[in-house]
Amino acid sequence: MSADQTQLAFDWSCRIMSDNGCGFPAPGLHSFLFKPMFTVGGFEFNKVMLLALVTTLLVVTFFTLAFGKAKVVPGKLQMMGEAGYDFVRRGIVYETMGKKDGEKYVPLMVSLFFFIWIMNVWSVIPLAQFPVSSIIAYPAVLSAIVYVTWVSVTFKRHGFVGGWKNVTGFDNSLGPVKWLVSAIELFSNLLVRPFTHAVRLFANMFAGHLMLVMFTVASWYLLNSWMIPAAGVSFAMTMAMIVFELFVQAVQAYVFVLLACSYLQGALAEHH
Amino acid sequence: MIQLAAGEEQSPLIPPGPELLVGTIAFAIVFFFFWKKLLPNINKVLEQRREAIEGGIEKAEAAQTEAQSVLEQYKAQLAEARHEAARLRQEAQEQGAQLIAEMRSEGQRQREEIIAAGHAQIAADRKAASQSLRQDVGQLATTLAGKLVGESLEDHARQSRTIDRFLDELEEKAEAAR
Repeated sequence: MSADQTQLAFDWSCRIMSDNGCGFPAPGLHSFLFKPMFTVGGFEFNKVMLLALVTTLLVVTFFTLAFGKAKVVPGKLQMMGEAGYDFVRRGIVYETMGKKDGEKYVPLMVSLFFFIWIMNVWSVIPLAQFPVSSIIAYPAVLSAIVYVTWVSVTFKRHGFVGGWKNVTGFDNSLGPVKWLVSAIELFSNLLVRPFTHAVRLFANMFAGHLMLVMFTVASWYLLNSWMIPAAGVSFAMTMAMIVFELFVQAVQAYVFVLLACSYLQGALAEHH
Repeated sequence: MIQLAAGEEQSPLIPPGPELLVGTIAFAIVFFFFWKKLLPNINKVLEQRREAIEGGIEKAEAAQTEAQSVLEQYKAQLAEARHEAARLRQEAQEQGAQLIAEMRSEGQRQREEIIAAGHAQIAADRKAASQSLRQDVGQLATTLAGKLVGESLEDHARQSRTIDRFLDELEEKAEAAR
């Protein structure tokens, strides 16, 4: 993909049937790369970093307003905050890990859920229009935190040998197959799991953003001559994708936290 | 525009270092606030609310229990009162019957007394009458006999004895005849 084509996505004159000869400026990997907004001592600060920090600001501000001066009889904001908090605490953490084991991890899961959700929601917010979690670094950080947590919990709970048994699902009753099972489990749990955990979120948001950009750009590109109805279809698709994305954003945040809870639950569980 | 016009492109699966740092910091702040401040805060309030609700429920339960016991007490009292009333009524009936019986027997007794008194009176009267009659008859008979005999049979004592003997004989005869 050349630099020229990247620029063309925003070239207002580039339309179908126009005689300047430019093709459809399809979105691609370049849609996920940003010029630094400013550079401090070699550190290039870009739009996605800004969005990540604004995410933090939003989440912390909202919940400070909601829970900062919490009252027994809640106001509207507190009620909303409580609904969200309760959804994660009761709906995800208690459901998977139980109240006794889960209580300790509620703050982590609540933070993960709202942080991820808002990072995702940027995808459809005008001016931002970019899901922070479609940059692999952000999901990777979060999945790494979850990974470190559940692995350390495994060894803390079961000791060194017991921890390995837990991770590999080592079970003597399986007979000679146990070595194969253990190898697969080890590979699946310790190596693949953090990767899939991060990529699941990343890829969903990445693909969603691609679709949104594709239909948005196409709506503009097709807006010429007799292709105008096609532009209308494309625009309708953009709207539909926005609604769909709103759904996917919440679902992916939910799934990420649910998986984190399920990993921790496995780590806390007795030998299976 | 703001898209980076980069010639060489990194794989989207390899995380760039600066982003990792920013992501870590951004999440750490969120986590720190939730963990240290916001969730303890709301948990305290939720706990208070739970206690308030449970306290309310407990209070309501206590009130209900009390009401129930009071109701039972009232019912018991009412039943007792009814029982008492029935008992009193029964007693009154019994007393009334007894009174009537007593009065009846009293009346009977009085009647009998009166009858007895009457009998006694009659007997006494009869006795007195017969006494005086005996005297009068004796006197008349004596007088008559004296007149007939021409001799005064004034000897009172002898007369009396004779008359008495005569009358006794009469009575004995009468007794024997009866």
